[in-house]
Amino acid sequence: MSASKNLKKILLILALTMLALLIDLPKELNVNFDLGPVKIDQKVKRLDLGINLGRFSFRRSLDLVLGLDLAGGSHLVFEADSSGLDQEKRKLALDGLKSVVERRVNLFGVSEPNVLVSSFEGKDRLIIELPGVKNTKEAIDIIGKTAKLVFSTISGEGENINFIPTNLSGSDLADARVSYESTTGRPVVSIKFTNEGAEKFAKITEENVGKPLSILLDSELISSPIVQEKITGGAAQISGDFTLDEARNFAIQLTAGALPVSIKVVEERTVGPTLGEESVKKSIEAGLLGLGMVLIFMMVVYGRLGVVASIGLVIFGILSLALYKLIPVVITLPGIAGFLLSVGMAVDANILIFERFKEEKGRRNTADALEESFGRAWDSIRDANIATLITAFILANPFDWSFLHTSGPVRGFAITLALGIAIGLFTGIFVSRNLLRLFIKR
Amino acid sequence: MIYFAISLLFIGIGIYSLTSWGLRVGIDFTGGALVEYKFGREISTESALKKTQDLGIKVSSIQETGDKTYLFKLGSLESVDREKIKNALKEDSEGNIEEIKFENVGPSVGKDLIKKTTYAIGVASVGILLWIAYQFKSIKYGACAILAMFHDSLVLIGLFSLLGKVFGAEVDFLFVTALLTTLSFSVHDTIVVYDRIREAQKKYSDDLVSLANKALSETMVRSLNNSFTIIFMLVALILFGGVTIRWFAVALLIGTISGTYSSPFVAVPLLITWDSLFNKFKNKFRKHRLY
Repeated sequence: MSASKNLKKILLILALTMLALLIDLPKELNVNFDLGPVKIDQKVKRLDLGINLGRFSFRRSLDLVLGLDLAGGSHLVFEADSSGLDQEKRKLALDGLKSVVERRVNLFGVSEPNVLVSSFEGKDRLIIELPGVKNTKEAIDIIGKTAKLVFSTISGEGENINFIPTNLSGSDLADARVSYESTTGRPVVSIKFTNEGAEKFAKITEENVGKPLSILLDSELISSPIVQEKITGGAAQISGDFTLDEARNFAIQLTAGALPVSIKVVEERTVGPTLGEESVKKSIEAGLLGLGMVLIFMMVVYGRLGVVASIGLVIFGILSLALYKLIPVVITLPGIAGFLLSVGMAVDANILIFERFKEEKGRRNTADALEESFGRAWDSIRDANIATLITAFILANPFDWSFLHTSGPVRGFAITLALGIAIGLFTGIFVSRNLLRLFIKR
Repeated sequence: MIYFAISLLFIGIGIYSLTSWGLRVGIDFTGGALVEYKFGREISTESALKKTQDLGIKVSSIQETGDKTYLFKLGSLESVDREKIKNALKEDSEGNIEEIKFENVGPSVGKDLIKKTTYAIGVASVGILLWIAYQFKSIKYGACAILAMFHDSLVLIGLFSLLGKVFGAEVDFLFVTALLTTLSFSVHDTIVVYDRIREAQKKYSDDLVSLANKALSETMVRSLNNSFTIIFMLVALILFGGVTIRWFAVALLIGTISGTYSSPFVAVPLLITWDSLFNKFKNKFRKHRLY
């Protein structure tokens, strides 16, 4: 290996680290120097990433995405009652369920909700993550209601009333929103039908002038207004005994559509932002302290080599954070554990090489001993890391096999672990090796 | 032999603890509710306990977790219960109460997690077994590495049962993560030792026992140094990392120590035992063929 080639690689590593460091910067950074005559007080703003190459466009906000356990928010799991549906219908129902719930959550005004379906051993579950939402009761009310709207005519009188559903239903709605009744000021839900729905509505009202037309939501009677005249134009108002919140939820549910199957909540978790913040802060402090001890330990035990390993480890941290932001990886507590384990394995690669180096140094000159120990240590580093990658791969379950984890803590752990091993191999073999070549001259 | 005895002792204690007290499982697996409140002032836990029980809610424990902060462990809640409890406790605290955490888990959720994790460990074990067998050209290496891995999980689960009994450590989702970490670390560590045996095999044609001894003494410093770095990290997390991840870090610590121990003192002795048994069998077989 010639010296110039080595230098080129060092420059490449430096460039890569600087780039990663740029990505790592927080959104706003206060630079505040006061060195006698030189005074700098400036706000540095990190730009967001936006690359456009013809049809290919790549955009990232470059903010670290924190999971619910760290950032605060609600985690809800619903179980769908899909019994009695065959395989094909069930899949359709679940797809429909997911999109209706997504629409409801979006209308509810949550930024970046995460909705996913998990089917396992005949149970179909819907996992919903709502960052920043603390009031799960309201969220459950909005998401959990089937919201099947039916317009019915009535036959019979007194005790023996029968509702006869018409062909007009919630699926004929184009829009629903809250408004106020002009006379009483009470909240009502204004609905607008689709063109087809408007025709059906006109026909039904024409046939039932002077009779009541009942509006039922999930088989519960909401109101039974008497039809005064044929209504064309496809707009109507539903007035019931609503509070403002109820009217708003009702409007959201009607606009998003009815759920194809009913669901019930089986798990709810809320983490307040204070708890998350506190545990993040403490974990980061402890992590930095631990990392500092590791660096000192390496330098004490391995001297100059340890310094190089420490530089490699810092580069490892910088690259990891940059990748978390680029991909982006959602950071959770188990995710941090995965990262820590990968730090351990990255350090291990260095220790393996250095221990080997100590042995080889007695047999040949320093530079040769270095190359030799990298070559020998590589076998065990490769075999050990691939074994760990196999585990991480299965736990991360990239192909969404339904018998393995499709969400949750285990997956978060596996993703940071796998990334950490990949980066650790890079820094352990490529970065440390070239740095050492620079320090130990022939 | 002495090492097998030490391992058996630890596993024995663990299994004894497991069979007599079981694991202290958290609501992640059993179902139930976990609510943490921050009050405006110190409250009396007895009064809070009584108030909550009066609502007809099962209370497992009320625990102070920080400054004016209390963690309530309850049975599964209905959706109306949440407001009810908050309102009842409000009186105790001059109206000043903030809900920091609320978890309510149905009983079936945890079972799926355990099942899926078991499947994942199964698939991963087969994958690792094949990979090691391929790299070291013999199934015995893979099998012994996997056995050492199960040894470490047994030690971890067993000791956690004991910690649960003595200090109230609970098994939750994070514990599952720690278990998985232990498995990965254990195999990782074992392979490094194996690698040295493989390398020595190419150079010298000694019997496996002396090769293994040589490999062990060569890797011992590396194993210890590596484990020290991980232990530093974990001790820092245990001491300063906050309550949420304390037991998690303890689990990782046990896993790391056991994983470091099991490579030279479980995986390699197993390998040697396997080898000598196999050779005996082969010799016997040969004799039968000859006569």
